[in-house]
Amino acid sequence: MAHSYTPGLKVLKKTLFKKERILPLKGKVLVKKGDKVTPDTIVASTNLPGNVQMLKVNNLLNIEPQDVKNCLKVKEGDVVKKGDLVAETAGIFGMFKSSVESPVDGTIESISDTTGRVVVREAPVPVEIDAYVQGQIEEIISEEGIVLTSNAAFIQGIFGIAGEKRGKIKILVSNPEDEITEEMISADLKGKIVVGGSFISLAAYKKAINLKVAGVVVGGFNYFDLKAVLGYNLGVAITGTEDLATALIVTEGYGSIPMSNATFSLLQTYDGQEASVNGATQIRAGVIRPEIVIPLSEDSSNLSDVNKEPEGIKEGSLVRVIRAPYFGRLGTVSSLPSELHKMESETMVRVANILLKKTKDLKEEEILIPRANLEMVELE
Amino acid sequence: MKKIKSILATDCGSTTTKAILIEWKDDRYRLTFRGEAPTTVEAPFEDVTKGVLNAVMEVEELSGRKILKEGKIITPDSGVEGVDIYVSTSSAGGGLQMMVAGVVKSMSGESAERAALGAGSIVMDVLASNDGRLAHEKITRIRQLRPDMILLSGGTDGGTTTHVTELAEILAAANPRPRLGQNYKLPVIYAGNNKAQDAIQETLGEISDLDIVDNIRPILEKENLEPSRDKIHDLFMEHVMAQAPGYKKLMSWTDAPIMPTPGAVGSLIEMIAKKENISVVGVDIGGATTDIFSVFQGKFNRTVSANLGMSYSICNVLAESGLDNVLRWVPFDIDRSELTNRIGNKMIRPTTVPQSLEELVIEQAIAREALRLSFIQHKEFATSLKGVQSERTISDAFEQSASGQSLVNMMELDLLVGSGGVLSHAPRRQQSARMLIDAFMPEGITQLAVDSIFMMPQLGVLANIEKDDLKDEASQAALEVFDNDCLIRLGTCVAPVGSIKPGQLMAEITLNFQDGKTEVIQINEGDLKLIEHPYEEVKVSIKPSRGIDVGAGKGEAIESSIYGGVVGLIFDGRNRPITLSKTPVERIESLSKWSNAVDEYPKGDLL
Repeated sequence: MAHSYTPGLKVLKKTLFKKERILPLKGKVLVKKGDKVTPDTIVASTNLPGNVQMLKVNNLLNIEPQDVKNCLKVKEGDVVKKGDLVAETAGIFGMFKSSVESPVDGTIESISDTTGRVVVREAPVPVEIDAYVQGQIEEIISEEGIVLTSNAAFIQGIFGIAGEKRGKIKILVSNPEDEITEEMISADLKGKIVVGGSFISLAAYKKAINLKVAGVVVGGFNYFDLKAVLGYNLGVAITGTEDLATALIVTEGYGSIPMSNATFSLLQTYDGQEASVNGATQIRAGVIRPEIVIPLSEDSSNLSDVNKEPEGIKEGSLVRVIRAPYFGRLGTVSSLPSELHKMESETMVRVANILLKKTKDLKEEEILIPRANLEMVELE
Repeated sequence: MKKIKSILATDCGSTTTKAILIEWKDDRYRLTFRGEAPTTVEAPFEDVTKGVLNAVMEVEELSGRKILKEGKIITPDSGVEGVDIYVSTSSAGGGLQMMVAGVVKSMSGESAERAALGAGSIVMDVLASNDGRLAHEKITRIRQLRPDMILLSGGTDGGTTTHVTELAEILAAANPRPRLGQNYKLPVIYAGNNKAQDAIQETLGEISDLDIVDNIRPILEKENLEPSRDKIHDLFMEHVMAQAPGYKKLMSWTDAPIMPTPGAVGSLIEMIAKKENISVVGVDIGGATTDIFSVFQGKFNRTVSANLGMSYSICNVLAESGLDNVLRWVPFDIDRSELTNRIGNKMIRPTTVPQSLEELVIEQAIAREALRLSFIQHKEFATSLKGVQSERTISDAFEQSASGQSLVNMMELDLLVGSGGVLSHAPRRQQSARMLIDAFMPEGITQLAVDSIFMMPQLGVLANIEKDDLKDEASQAALEVFDNDCLIRLGTCVAPVGSIKPGQLMAEITLNFQDGKTEVIQINEGDLKLIEHPYEEVKVSIKPSRGIDVGAGKGEAIESSIYGGVVGLIFDGRNRPITLSKTPVERIESLSKWSNAVDEYPKGDLL
């Protein structure tokens, strides 16, 4: 049977979810292998070097750099408090002295004869990393972090904004083709992860942010509305650091597109359950997709592996079209002809014959689509 | 007897690894086979050599020649199996990412940037004593960026040492960590005032892996980029590549150091411009970035527009150029919000291809803007040295030329080469020619070409082999394959420019073909005309109207030889810059007229 390798987004009912939690710099790991953790458990911590203040002592005292050392009241390694004397000139007969005081609490890191600068480093900044999902510590990476595993349902979105959030899932619509409207967002959704169908308007998403909803999972969002949320045009899809109360996870793409049935029904199953979501997206080499992780009970039988090699598209595969003019339509592969076909654009490509499913407004039809414009909808 | 009978060259890109086989056949070097496979730097493979072997295996299958044995490349060529030389370039894992620092931003800062870009790196930021940022802001920035290496320059030899030492102190205070690997020191190259070398050693010697090379700007009037560029290449191999999975093994296979992909392309373009004594502009438009290389007046420049590209960065093209500038190239009406969603969807699903003609036209409109913006950035960067005092005579008194003028002169340009998916794989070559002309707006006589399978990286590294016994033949092979197999000659663009009223005669051109036929054509303002003709010499004499220039000066006639190609001879009377009417009906009419003149798109309901 002909194959085509088109990695799709994962929609897994049950999998052994693995996650690395690594410190930005070496530090201390606070858990042991085998420990059970909740999303809020701190698994590792470290201290980032503090900020640096550079004192131009020669300028401040109006002397040559090489004379700075004669005026210093501190040496490298000394701990200083804000206002402590760092350097002072001898003055004239002990009068008219000029002096330099430390602007911060910190440590004298270096003193330069060439430039006359004294570097004061502030106290280190502590950094802690939590577990993010409920699970078990699988591996300790010495001084750097941990790997944890969790039996979970796992869904990838296509694009997201804002970083890690958690909360209980709340399904807002009865049908994957329905939109989340502004009226559906109410104060009782604070801290929840709300799930909608095909679309959320800018007004509804802004309301969710105001009411501190933890996350929104939805089929589509308008690209040009992102500017109103972020304050700038999103040029490249590298996100996750946005400071927003509500993570947005788009499962299908820009515009109004019904959420795939597989994704919607899986989320429906876990209505009311705790989940962890992350909007971080990076669409470059080393792709990162936004994700929804729903930890399950202890039972680890019948797990599908989240890291398994993506299967290719085969005859009978459920696929989604990911480019206009049939964008967002779902269908099944009826055949994969091996020869190149000329499209309307005159591009010569390998194609697949797709039986597009009927939707609310469109009828079932059979059509040739470039294989590059198809995405596998992966099911177990 | 040739010492080199066969050459295998690979380019490990961020997504695809491409292999080519070059063989000595019929008294010249030719590209005979090529293969490609996905790059395997990332999980789950994490070994670049797997992708290389897969690509080479495809070459083996196609050529029927055995090249691999027990997972290794067989050398030398025994006549029936193996190859004589194996070389490779790499841009996998995000390529080489550098930060550069100089005392004065427009002087040593710019020279350092030029050296880094020329070596094939992405410059993440340029720090300078006068860049307006406070010391702690610079420190925060250095920490955030985590470059692969840093190039520090500043001061002329023997001059003041304070400023450059201050920069070193800022670096030391930031104590930056390299991007890859937590366990090694960050490589820093010092290429500044030689008098400050001891102070720099003292400041940075312990916390970084410091290398000291000759000053990049020994005197104000001279730029000395070579030592820094070479050192960047060495460190790229020793540190950055050595951290990437599988590269140690790959390095042990190659006969020449692995070069960063854009560095190899740049050196090939430089070599061709020198050999032919011509001015060249080369462009590689990718999914994430657009690289532009140029040689004008013998000076090589490269710029990377890091966020202008056709897939990952496509929304940034839209953000930077504005939707109106993209839409001005589209000869039909389209709903604006629908269009931005479509472009957004291309960004998040970057591997899709245009199925409908409408999608293709929109994609090529965006490409024009991406190329135009990248070229503006290039022109601003490719300048003569700034801060140089030049002697002037009385005859210069009326010329307002100052130091730091752009070297790019479109009238002087001889050859424009395009590569990258949207240019190399356009369904019709006419489309590639149109995109190049509309975006770069060449003036006078300019040859157009595309690199069909982006072979320039492999040829570039081949041209750079330094082993004495192989050097000459390797560079001969690179140039021969470049001439015979690499470029697809599109044709020549003849564009008279000057001030003239719409519709008036710009030039009269007499074409003398090799078969003895003669043709005379007239170009009026606003015309675009095509004469189909293969890659053969055509003698032309061009008589421009008063005030119009085709290369010899305003109103001056010119005799020259031009070449056709797969598209032919294009006569462009649209003047410069190409301006489109603000009235939609008129704009669409002009666009359709130009499209039809060169048979750019299939005719149908859309056009």
